[in-house]
Amino acid sequence: MARAFTPKVVTANALLEGDVIYLAADDSWTRTLSDAELLTDEADAQIRLLHAEQQSERIVGAYLADAIAGPNGPEPTHFREAFRRTGPSNYFHGKQAETHV
Amino acid sequence: MYKYSDFDTAFVAERNRQFRHQVERRISGALTEDEFKPLRLMNGVYLQLHAYMLRVAIPYGTLNSAQMDQLAYLADTWDKGYGHFTTRQNIQYNWPKLNDIPDMLDALAKVEMHAIQTSGNTIRNVTADHFAGAAADEIADPRPVAELIRQWSTDHPEFQFLPRKFKVAVTGSPNDRAVIKAHDIGLRIVQNDQGETGYQVIVGGGLGRTPMIGKVLHDHLPEADLLPYLEAVVSVWNLLGRRDNKYKARIKITVHEHGLEDIRARVQERFDAIRPSFDGIDQELFAGIKSEFAAPAFRSAETAAFDQAYQSNPTFQSWADSNLSDHKAPGYAIVTVSIKKHGQTPGDASSAQMRVLAELARLYGHDELRISHEQNVILPHVHKSDLPDVYAALREADLHTANIGKISDIIACPGMDYCALATARSIPVAQQIATRFDELKLEHDIGHLQIKISGCINACGHHHVGHIGILGLDRAGVENYQITLGGDATETAAIGERAGPGFAYDEIVPAIERLVLGYLDLRAAPEETFLQAYRRLGLAPFKAYLYPEARAHAA
Repeated sequence: MARAFTPKVVTANALLEGDVIYLAADDSWTRTLSDAELLTDEADAQIRLLHAEQQSERIVGAYLADAIAGPNGPEPTHFREAFRRTGPSNYFHGKQAETHV
Repeated sequence: MYKYSDFDTAFVAERNRQFRHQVERRISGALTEDEFKPLRLMNGVYLQLHAYMLRVAIPYGTLNSAQMDQLAYLADTWDKGYGHFTTRQNIQYNWPKLNDIPDMLDALAKVEMHAIQTSGNTIRNVTADHFAGAAADEIADPRPVAELIRQWSTDHPEFQFLPRKFKVAVTGSPNDRAVIKAHDIGLRIVQNDQGETGYQVIVGGGLGRTPMIGKVLHDHLPEADLLPYLEAVVSVWNLLGRRDNKYKARIKITVHEHGLEDIRARVQERFDAIRPSFDGIDQELFAGIKSEFAAPAFRSAETAAFDQAYQSNPTFQSWADSNLSDHKAPGYAIVTVSIKKHGQTPGDASSAQMRVLAELARLYGHDELRISHEQNVILPHVHKSDLPDVYAALREADLHTANIGKISDIIACPGMDYCALATARSIPVAQQIATRFDELKLEHDIGHLQIKISGCINACGHHHVGHIGILGLDRAGVENYQITLGGDATETAAIGERAGPGFAYDEIVPAIERLVLGYLDLRAAPEETFLQAYRRLGLAPFKAYLYPEARAHAA
């Protein structure tokens, strides 16, 4: 039996900066996971991923990452995605250091 | 040091020009990522977790001060003010923007550096003993050999689409500091009974998913046969190596599946066929390269200043005991500068530290620097009378940590803090182990002990050959760390033995502490190193310290 679908967000890296980005419901790309669109339907998630993959001139390596609904928007379920939305743990660099969050 | 020929300069400039246009076409949308990716990898550009990463080759780990200054300039201009020295004598920049990378490559070319073949399925940056040209135990400087191989392998038309990456390391000493037995090809410069110089060729070593110690393919290859023989080895593997499964593509698997004798026969056959096509140009070139690596003009001077500082200054004495190695020239020493202050990221140097090191090389070090696979920086030629001044300058730059070869001199890969392939973090584990043993003030009592940490099975952190190896894995969505014991990266290379079940992130540092305190109990004498004690006693007594609850349960 196929595994039950778990909620996802579409994520990728920005072409120029390489920064982690997420697809928002209004089709824009956001740098903040909590502003991403949480996809709860499998077919819908596949369509959103295809939509992202067509934007090769703006993004690199789109994929569906597991997420859950939190009080302020989607949150990661796996530590890899937690690091991607934060930055490295040895320096205060990356997203955690950006002021325009 | 080797100076670029006109050919080298033109080649790198042309490659940079091509890559600049490739980047422009990617940004304009004319190239898709699938088309662009192999092109960027050929030029050392990765996409990591948070950003792009540029990996710059430091051929055979050798730099001059102008090159080190330029690495600092790149760090300040296009990155976040630091660089990360890797276990293959490269430097990585963790935060470049794609459209800046062509400018970074042009800036590198100004000081005769590049990022070509630091990635992709090609022959990678050739590494060498970081004490090359300086070590007291050296038969010959391995760097001319490494440079010859670099020139032969760069853009070699037969070897641009190999089954997988291919790594070569060279040593000129019987004491192996270049981990040659864990490379696809390891070369050791040897002399036979007639006094003729040749190469012992070791093949099929490697770490990663299937760790293997290299095997001797040729015991004494004549100097003039080196390139045709290497070409024969890579050529045989290029045809035979498995392209159906990337986990079985490296030459270690080919040698394992076909057997050493079969590979040796195939290599000999290929060698016999291509040997006549090497008409001696390579040997003329080699002679020229050798002359460019002539030793600097070492000076004769009194070493009283060193002796006086050694007697009167305990911190200098401690640093000298840990961080100096024997030099071949009288009155000289090799200085290993630790860039692993307790709690710092192993292998990271700030731009300010790079400039201090460059200045020290200019003032006291015959303008030479080396990067070790152990992620430290070496001043290979310092006269002992200058050591008190060098130490004072290092102290001012916070580069005076006296821990070379000790428990806090840890190799760690970038792990999941940066690497897209990682399954767990390695840097914070290294930071915490170093900090903990500094607090315990046991580092010097523990003595020689190498901890090596990888954040995934690919083993960039060489965990298999650490006296204590730590491998970070993802176990059901949680970081988990496996320990291996008894590995050895030297001429007596060995793969470590897995100790037992892994430890959670917050359990790994206490586990290492129990293990090392256990070693202090188990050792026969303070002179017996961790590795010696392990070899004498085997896994069981160490395991009892790692898993005390299992012992309690059994009792």
